[in-house]
Formats: sequence, structure tokens, C-alpha cells
Amino acid sequence: MIKPDRQAHAASGGFWRRLRALTIKEFHQLLRDRSNLAIGILLPVMLILLFGYGLSLDIRNAPVAVVIEDGSPTARDVVAGLNGSDYIRPSYVTTMAEAEQLMRARRVDAIVRVPGDFSRRLARGDARVQLLLHGSDATMASSLRGYVTGSINNWSAHQADRSGRIAPAPGVQVIDRLWFNAANSSTWYLVPGLIVLIMTLVGGFLTSMVVAREWERGTLEALFVTPVRSLEILLAKIIPYFGVGMLGLLLCIVSARFLFQVPLNGSLWVLLASSMLYLIVALGLGLLISSLARNQFLASQIAVIATFMPALMLSGFLFDLNNVPIGIQRVASILPATHFVELSKMSFLAGDNFSLIVRKWSILGLQAVVLLAAAWLRTRKSLDR
Amino acid sequence: MDALNDFTAALRRIAFLFRKEVLAIFKDPANRVILIVPVIVQSMVFGYGATYDLNHVSYAVLDQSGGEASRELIARLDGSGIFVRAATLRNPGDIARVIDDGQALLVLHFAADFDARLTCSGGAPLQLVLDGRNSTTANMAAGHLGTLVAQFNATRTASSSVSAVGVETRAWFNPNLESRWNIVPALIASLSMLQTLLLAALSVAREREQGTFDQLLVTPMRPIEILIGKALPSIAVGLIQASLIFAVALWWFQIPFSGSALLLYAGLATFATACVGIGLSISALSLNMQQAMVYAFVLIMPLMLLSGLVTPVSNMPWSLQMLTYADPLRFAIELVRRVYLEGAGWSDVYTDFWPMVAVALVTLPVAAWLFRNRLA
Repeated sequence: MIKPDRQAHAASGGFWRRLRALTIKEFHQLLRDRSNLAIGILLPVMLILLFGYGLSLDIRNAPVAVVIEDGSPTARDVVAGLNGSDYIRPSYVTTMAEAEQLMRARRVDAIVRVPGDFSRRLARGDARVQLLLHGSDATMASSLRGYVTGSINNWSAHQADRSGRIAPAPGVQVIDRLWFNAANSSTWYLVPGLIVLIMTLVGGFLTSMVVAREWERGTLEALFVTPVRSLEILLAKIIPYFGVGMLGLLLCIVSARFLFQVPLNGSLWVLLASSMLYLIVALGLGLLISSLARNQFLASQIAVIATFMPALMLSGFLFDLNNVPIGIQRVASILPATHFVELSKMSFLAGDNFSLIVRKWSILGLQAVVLLAAAWLRTRKSLDR
Repeated sequence: MDALNDFTAALRRIAFLFRKEVLAIFKDPANRVILIVPVIVQSMVFGYGATYDLNHVSYAVLDQSGGEASRELIARLDGSGIFVRAATLRNPGDIARVIDDGQALLVLHFAADFDARLTCSGGAPLQLVLDGRNSTTANMAAGHLGTLVAQFNATRTASSSVSAVGVETRAWFNPNLESRWNIVPALIASLSMLQTLLLAALSVAREREQGTFDQLLVTPMRPIEILIGKALPSIAVGLIQASLIFAVALWWFQIPFSGSALLLYAGLATFATACVGIGLSISALSLNMQQAMVYAFVLIMPLMLLSGLVTPVSNMPWSLQMLTYADPLRFAIELVRRVYLEGAGWSDVYTDFWPMVAVALVTLPVAAWLFRNRLA
């Protein structure tokens, strides 16, 4: 008979041996199916290129129809400021009907109209310029309103200067400085957010599919009759996908830094540590989903709804959480992705902030423990459902 | 007569397969829940959550002048309903702290000589520090602040007769420029696509993995019949989901529907067919469910991102705009938005149908061909 302490010793030695054997098996399984590498490498590269070069919330060359109904040079002058702008591409049309037709066909995003009585009313001091916006893209419309109004206000200020009247007091001038995003470009905050999307996909989505498959096929039950323990099975599943996630992370960091020149203001180690922590949370979520669903169809549907969509829409990656109602903010603050988005933006754009790091790491750490424990409880060797 | 018999027999076979597929999808109560409940919850949550509108800006103020003008300006900010004061600072060193912590999105800094300069020379600089981590929000906040300051200046100089040009603004189709009106109709197409495409992608792959697809192939059913029998249930699920989101948009968010429901559904049906075509092609190409999922996902991501759901298509570079022609979601979103908000008719949106029809016409025959020609 083996003495208890030797038994324990043998068991712990067996743990590493079995874990190693299982991990190697999982690695082989991962590498054999090329579709897995599609998620590990192809998807990150594709997303990086899309976000880096394609998607932008900064308006460039928005088409705007300009209608000048007043023949005077002043009327042409008031909208001349729109010509040199990067944001707006004006096209001059002769009648309002024509402009409205363009807008209905969505060929232009706005109409600027200088009415026929413009110069007459300007002399009286109450001139009006009309701006019609296509409201179906509200964000773009608001920005356009800002640019057009600004350009016309500029003109009137200059006009007052030139006309030699008593120069109006300039009043308060706002001098603004944009911290953390010197280029004022949305790429700077979209690319750091991408890491979140990729980690979520690898950790949550791919993992839930892989484990659900074993449940569905019954191969997990086959493993149960071997000496391996459920903890070892779970760890062996996590390790290869952890590797895939880290590969995606490195691709993101390198391209953010060198392709898009997004600065990395915090330390690389903090970013890596936060990402690993989040990846563990995502893996835990994936494992839990698969052990709850136990079939691939259900697991895939739950994984999309619980991991990918919230990470895209609610994490603060695209839409600023300051703007959403308090109830939705609560929901968002439950999501691990929300906390990781903040960490990633901090690391890239703002630089390390100790109190933020401690707060977010402890939240993510807690979530990792809870999710992994729940997954482990559900995967214990039992055949009953 | 033979041809007619043939045809009715084919219809009967399709009906059998259709019935079997519907049972396979809806027999499991968990499946019923997962296909119905999440779309409703998601459309509500994202309807509130996915907004670019700025209606809450937390700001901090550092007032070293302590004069009347700065106080009046701050009072205007506090009364605006948008700006909420998160902190009142005492020294410039605190600026970095409140911005770094995310406590305030912007900090207003009135220098000690602010009031004096404003009264003496009539002009004074106001320092504004913005958190650029989300530059879109920061720019919008700066815009709002600029408007408030301009109003403040206007009341100060109201006595002097300056010929100012006023800008009268009116927004068509969305009078208050709410981005929710933009996002929620787009969700009708995009949320329903997500699950429909996955459903179709898994349908054949599951049978292949379980080995029942070979059995289906040795039945008298022709590939085209299998295709129709497999496609119809997924299309139906897509339309049901789209209707649920439509209902949320209409009755929960009360976004007025100004178009024709018939046209909307014609567009959605075409779109669902294109999505199911993509899904079935993936399904026929993959050897097991995991591959089908992975391929579906590698496609869903660019389909979503290139669709104009979250960033406008017109902001993309030309080459990517060309690529969006292969994205049925782009045209579905465009069609839904235009029919929903603008009340566009057939003649306005028929151009949105062609790309979706083209995708369906390519993917469905490819899927049918792959059924027979790709045997594991």
C-alpha cells in the first residue's frame, strides 16, 4: 500500500505529466485544422487593416450642395470659406429644387442656401444663411453643422474687421488642447480597441466552440474514464488558445506602433499583463458557455450574443459610455470587455495610471476566478445533465 | 402531365425537408429561446447604448481669476444640461489627475488675469484641456463649449451693432439629430443577419459531422431541393427576428416609420436570402461545425464593419468603398434606413436590391453544387 504522502506526491507529478500530454494533444488538434489559424492570424491582420486604413469617424470631403440665390459678390463670398476645407466638398447648383433632389438621392449630405435677399438683409444687419442637413446619419450631420456654422461665423468676423467699423471685442477665445490624441484621429482610439475584439473572439468564441464539440461528440466522456482530472482537461484546453490570443495581441501591438504610429505611452509590460488577464477572463467565459450549452449550435449562438456583440457595441470601444443612460452603463460595467478597453486605451494613449490599473486588474482578476471556477464546477466528471 | 407530377413531387420533398429542418431548429426549447429573446434584448440595449450623441459631459474647472465673467460663463455651462461639473480645482497640478482618472472629459482653466483682460482689452484666452482618448467625443464636447462661449460673447457685445450672419439649421428625416434614429433601423438588418448566417452555416455542417448528410444525398432529393429545403427555414428565422427588432424600433423607441412596410419586407427577404446563400456556401465548404463557425466568423466581421453600421461608408477610402459592393449588409442597412426614415419608394432604392440579388445568385448555386461535389 502506498503511504498517503507518497500518493500525493505521485498525483502531483502525474498532474504535470498528464497536463503536458493533454496540452500537446490540444496543440496538434489546433494546428491540424487550418481554420483555427484563420482566427488566430488572418482575422487580426484583416481587422487591423480595416480599422487602420478603412474605418474612420473623422469626416473627410463630405459632399454639400451650395445654392446661391443672391447674385451679389458678397453672397458668393460668404460661402467661399467652404471651398478650401478638408471636411467639405461643395458642389454649386443653381436651384433649390435641384439641390433637394440631390439630397433625396443622398448624393449630398447637406444643402447650404444663401437666400435672394441676403445682401439686402446683411445691410440691415440680420442676414440669414439656411443649412439643411440630411439627418439619417446624425453624427455626421452634427459635425457638418459645426463646420458650416464655424466657417460662416469666421466670415462675419472678418467682414466686421474689413468694413472698418468699430472692431467688435473678440470676447472670450477658447484655446483648446487635446490630450492623449495629438493627431486628433479616430484611428488612435480604434486600433487599441481592436485588441479587445480579437482577444474576445479567440478567448470567448473559438474556445466555446472547441469544448462544446467535445461535449457533443462525447469525447469528453471518453476522457473522463482516463485518470485525467477535469482541471487538467480545462487547463490543457486553455493553454493553446492562450497562445493563439497572444499571437493576435502581438500582431496588434506591432501594427499599432509601426504601421499606424499610435504611441504607446504606458509601459509595454502593463499592456501585456492586462491583455493576458483579459484573455484568461475571455477563455473562462468561453469554457463556461460551452459547458453550459454542451452542443456546438447553442454554444456558438450564446458566444456571439454574450461575447462578440457586447464587445463591439457596449464596451466603450466605439461608442463613448459617458453618453449612455445610467442603466446601460451598469450593464456595460459588468462586461469584462469594458474594463479592458479602458486599460488598453490608457496604455496606448494616456500612460500608466496606478490607481486605474489596480482597480481594473482586481475587477478582471475577480471575474477570471469566478468564471473559471464556474466552468470547472460544470465540467466535473459527471454524466448527468 | 409528367412534368407536373414531377414538380408536385419535388414540392412534397421540399416540404418534408422544410418540416424536418423547422423541427430540428425549434424542437429544443433552448434553441427557441436563443433565437427569439436575445434579438429583443440586444436591440433595446444597443438602442440605448450605441449612441454618438453627447448628452453628458463631466468637466472640471480651475478658476484662478475668481471674477464675474468667469463665474457667469461657468453658470452657463452648469445650466446647459449637458455639462456636469465633476470637480472644482485649486491648482494647475490637479488638471492632469482629473483627466487621467477619467473623472472629467475636459478642464476649463481661467487664468488669474482672465477678468482683467476681458474688461480692459475686450479679449481673453480661455484654456481648455480635453481628454482625447475618444477624439470623436472630445471634438463634439469642444464644439458644444464653443457654441456656449459664442453665445456668451454675443450677449456681451449685443450693444455694439455688428452685422452677424445667422445660420438657420433644419435637419431632414431626423429633426433632433438623434443617432439612435440612425442606429436602431440599421440593427433590423444587422442583428438578424448575425444569427441567420450562423444558422445556415451550421445546418449542412452539422449533418456532415453527424454523417446524416450522406444519407440525405442518397435520397431521391435533388441538390436544388435540398438547397431550398435548407434555405427556407433560415430565411424565415431571419424575417421573424427582423420583425421583432422592427417592433422594438416602432413601439419601444417610437421612431416614426415613414415608408412602405411591403418594400421594407421585400428588401429584408432579399437580404435574408443573400445571407443564407453565404451561410450555406460556407456550410457546404466546411467539413465540420467548427470550421463552419470559424469561416462564418471570419466573414461576419468584415461584413459588419464594412456595412456602415458603426462608421459611415462615405468616410472610407475608395478601394474599400468598392469592396462594400460585395457586402449585402451595406445595402440592406442603406435600404432599411432610407425606407424607414426617409420614406423612400421603389424608384429610390431599387439600386440597393441589385448587389443583394447578385450575392444570392452567386452563393446559392455554389452551395448546391458543393453539396454534391464536396464529399468529405
